[in-house]
Amino acid sequence: MPESNSTAPREQGARAGIHPLARYLGIRAALTVLLLFGVTLVTFTLTNLVPADPVQAALGEQAAADPEIVAQFRADAGLDQPLPVQYITYVGNLLQGDWGISQQTRAPVAQDLGKAFPATAELALAAILISIVIGIGLGMWAALRRRTITDQVIRVVSLIGISVPSFWLALVVYFVFFSQLHWFPGSGRLSPAAIPPPKVTGMYTVDSLLAGQWATFGDAVSHLILPAAVLALYTIGLLTRFARSAILEVLDLDYVRAARAKGLPGRIVVGRYVLRGALVPIITVLGVAFGSLLSGTVLVEKVYSWHGLGEYAYSAATKLDLPAIMGVGLIVGFVYIGLNFLIDVLYGVIDPRVRVA
Amino acid sequence: MTDILAVQTRRKGRLRISKQLRTPLAITGGAIVVFWLLIALFAQWIRPFDPLAQDFMRLQPPSAEHWFGTDQVGRDVLSRVITGAQVSIPLALMLVVFAMLIGSLLGAIAGYFGKAIDEVIMRIADLVFAFPTIILAMVIAAALGPSLTNAVIAMLIVSWPAYARVTRSLVLGARNAEYVIAGRLLGNGPFTSLRKDILPNVLSPVVVLATLDVGTAILLLSGLSFLGLGAIPPTPDWGAMVADGVQNFSSWWIAVFPGLAILTVVLAFNFLGDALRDALDPRSQEAVQGRAL
Repeated sequence: MPESNSTAPREQGARAGIHPLARYLGIRAALTVLLLFGVTLVTFTLTNLVPADPVQAALGEQAAADPEIVAQFRADAGLDQPLPVQYITYVGNLLQGDWGISQQTRAPVAQDLGKAFPATAELALAAILISIVIGIGLGMWAALRRRTITDQVIRVVSLIGISVPSFWLALVVYFVFFSQLHWFPGSGRLSPAAIPPPKVTGMYTVDSLLAGQWATFGDAVSHLILPAAVLALYTIGLLTRFARSAILEVLDLDYVRAARAKGLPGRIVVGRYVLRGALVPIITVLGVAFGSLLSGTVLVEKVYSWHGLGEYAYSAATKLDLPAIMGVGLIVGFVYIGLNFLIDVLYGVIDPRVRVA
Repeated sequence: MTDILAVQTRRKGRLRISKQLRTPLAITGGAIVVFWLLIALFAQWIRPFDPLAQDFMRLQPPSAEHWFGTDQVGRDVLSRVITGAQVSIPLALMLVVFAMLIGSLLGAIAGYFGKAIDEVIMRIADLVFAFPTIILAMVIAAALGPSLTNAVIAMLIVSWPAYARVTRSLVLGARNAEYVIAGRLLGNGPFTSLRKDILPNVLSPVVVLATLDVGTAILLLSGLSFLGLGAIPPTPDWGAMVADGVQNFSSWWIAVFPGLAILTVVLAFNFLGDALRDALDPRSQEAVQGRAL
């Protein structure tokens, strides 16, 4: 999560002759690049930590028994080099799109991830949209009705939201709303007979809209609702708590009281004054929320046969397919860091007080 | 729970804390936690069957004999749920305690000594924060190989930085307080100063964070077990039992009951943690809890 509300003196940037915002963005960008390397360092270390011999895993037992083949393989793969050199090779390979070969699909990991990513992006975006609307709405409602029974009920709801094991809820919801009630279509991203829309983004809802295929769009949305709702529950709980306390902080400030005193209607005070003031802490927590959605997909997608990163990670984890697992770790880490960088940028733009310590 | 309260009462005065904790949520949470602790403690005597004993009565729905039904190899689900309390709860508590100890120690050292040691510790913490929690735990657990011990190690690695951050910032605030400087002038070395003057005064927010973390730890552990990276069959772990339910989809009882167990325990700990946080810090309540699961 971003380290944000630090307050370095304003003069520092001015003295260096750089616009404070440019300086702030520059530092955040540099830190982001460092973190990206950090993520590769973590996966590299973990890959080398594995007790299982990579040579045997790659060659199979028979070939691994022949010392000549093994030596040749080690030299080819650069395994006879010192670790720092191996790390540089590793990062070089990553940059060239060589993320290793998945042991279960026998396909390059990068290719698998490329196929799976749009599906997860679609699911996570749908879930974050649901959570933003409901979470901030509930949080605001609770803050405006503070210390009433409404506030209490919303508190319990949000605590339930962060307490439910998502992998279990996914199963229960699937069982109730599909197997028993038949309200929603079953697993997958589209009905078996449906043809996927022409690929633009890889997200079926967006692509079908772009192609003007309304029936496909409806089908994709109806498949999306259940898993997105299950995923959203945790982030709704998280956002509700944060939104409530962020709004409470603002609610008693003088400028809000002044807005009320001059007779502005309640909805304008809340919409234009309160919500705007509370926006910065809420945006900060969105990064955390999105991270939890990405991880949540690992536990939820399997149940809905949603062919995304989560299902890929699930089958990789249960079969101990390390290249694939590390690939998922890398891509999720990258996306998460990138997202937090975006939030930092947004944060610096919205709140001029932001400075980097 | 009593330990946490004892720590608090010494610092903040017993009356205020216990009054604040007499909310319906805290009492409900406390009761459910006590209920599950008793179940974990007396599991051997409460459970009607051997949790590992297989039987020809496979996939039986709940009945008078098997209240929660039987699973795919005929084991009694109720007995397995009861035994599961012995796996998840102690491991989660242990994990949180160790994460708190390691994290706050490293955070205190970073905050107190500053400079290079601070940089090293906090940059490692940043690396952990660069991943969503489950993803990193999953990657580590997979690299170490699936077992409960490795799952706990993985969780420890992803959990300590939160404590290090909080403790570090608190120590930074307390480091130059007059009583600390007075202690140093009286001849206390840096470690004595940390132990006697600083740590006791920064402990309560860390303990609140730990209470809030127990629920998260149980969720995380069961999540790893669900992925097959935690408990190895036939260990009756709740997360692994839910995974059995995914394989046997039409037998809803296999997954529903262990899931309810996870839900109630986590909810109870979150009720407690929430009340404790309110009691100690009525303002800026979310400050300590900003981690994605």
